[in-house]
Amino acid sequence: MSKLKVAVYWAAGCGGCDVGLLDVNEALLEVLKDIDIVFWPVAMDVKYKDLESLPNLDVAIVNGSIRNEENEHIVKLLRSKARTLVAFGSCACEGGTQGLANLGSKQDMLKTVYEETPTTGNPQAVKPSRVFKAPEGELYLPDILELNKPIESVAKVDYYVSGCPPPVKLILRLFQILTAGNAQGPKFYIGSDKSVCDECRRERVSKTVQSMNRLYRRALDPEKCFLEQGLLCMGPATRGGCGAKCVEANVPCGGCGGRLNVSDQGARMIGALGSILTTDEPISIGALEALKDPVGALYKYCFSSSLIGRGVRVGGGGR
Amino acid sequence: MSEFEPNIVCFACNWCTYAGADMAGTSKFQYPPNLKIVRVMCTGRVNPEFVLEALKKGADGVFIGGCHPPSDCHYVNGNLKARNRVQILKLLLTQLGVEPERLRLEWISASEGEEFSRKVREFVEELKRLGPNPLKESSTELSELE
Repeated sequence: MSKLKVAVYWAAGCGGCDVGLLDVNEALLEVLKDIDIVFWPVAMDVKYKDLESLPNLDVAIVNGSIRNEENEHIVKLLRSKARTLVAFGSCACEGGTQGLANLGSKQDMLKTVYEETPTTGNPQAVKPSRVFKAPEGELYLPDILELNKPIESVAKVDYYVSGCPPPVKLILRLFQILTAGNAQGPKFYIGSDKSVCDECRRERVSKTVQSMNRLYRRALDPEKCFLEQGLLCMGPATRGGCGAKCVEANVPCGGCGGRLNVSDQGARMIGALGSILTTDEPISIGALEALKDPVGALYKYCFSSSLIGRGVRVGGGGR
Repeated sequence: MSEFEPNIVCFACNWCTYAGADMAGTSKFQYPPNLKIVRVMCTGRVNPEFVLEALKKGADGVFIGGCHPPSDCHYVNGNLKARNRVQILKLLLTQLGVEPERLRLEWISASEGEEFSRKVREFVEELKRLGPNPLKESSTELSELE
């Protein structure tokens, strides 16, 4: 069998997913027997014109979300060349943490970043411009889009591997599936079909909780369910497959595994919280301290792909 | 221009509010026609997704009606779970910029037909003051792709 030709692209993300790929360590050597990486900006010196001149690809793996015109252009280009497109990591699957900027408009975001953060000294309020006149000629920057979007919003995705970054076990399973060449059904998620709670070894006793506190308020019990300790853990609403590693390291689940058979991860979590919070009295706002920033708490990785997915002053958004 | 008529999605529990709405009908208590009633077995069945989906698709308000707390619920405590969820949903809606008053939870028993019509009239008045759902404008960009 000839080697699979694979392109890896880094859209709007932190680069952690590229490191995640390297995290498979020696197993990568096994993987590389079957695949040939022809485009990987973070690891090889390639220009976009090289990508444009490439003949067809077998697989394109995209990490990061669609935040600017360049991301959109390259993902569409990869889609047109590749037989299989893989959304790799939370940003590609659900939009990632940068999706939280969808609460405000693009102008709000640029103002915050270039004028308002305490560490920014920019008295003239200089913002990035699309065109820069250099002595050698005009240079162009890709424009930032109004909304951050998951890649499925611009191209059809064949496989989804969520996680921030995806766990090694799932990366290896992805390569197994790719090299075996078994076509799976549409929207195939690589991961568990059960929630993180299913893999969590913590003890659940009462399945009730009086209040939701912020993490720093409590000494963390390493044996007991975080929700029962009154701490927000996204486990019930999050796709498993990660082995509940964060929880094992005594950190509540943040929800990077993405939604599980529902259209809105945060809504699912609200449903779960409604069941376990005490029902004797109406819950006071004070008891919901961990939900002071509900979007940040319940939609940390998936706001771009949630049902509403934007603040009301912003056009577009959601699914 | 004609007056703004809000579009309301109502989730009514089978045992109390739906029967209450029925009672309003048989007792000839009038209420505005802005309401589309969806019968659910219990307010505890109202998944928060239903509320978000209704608002996303352009409902100006969502009205959830259930059995009186603490102990009228046919399923022990579904109404109380709904109360928790509505409270968290209101926090979420506020942060999104949607007025939390667009989501209303009321307890109406099977005998309270008049109460039902009064609560609906109140809600319609309130929504007329608030105006159209701000999510309604241009929410098509991504949904067109589906």
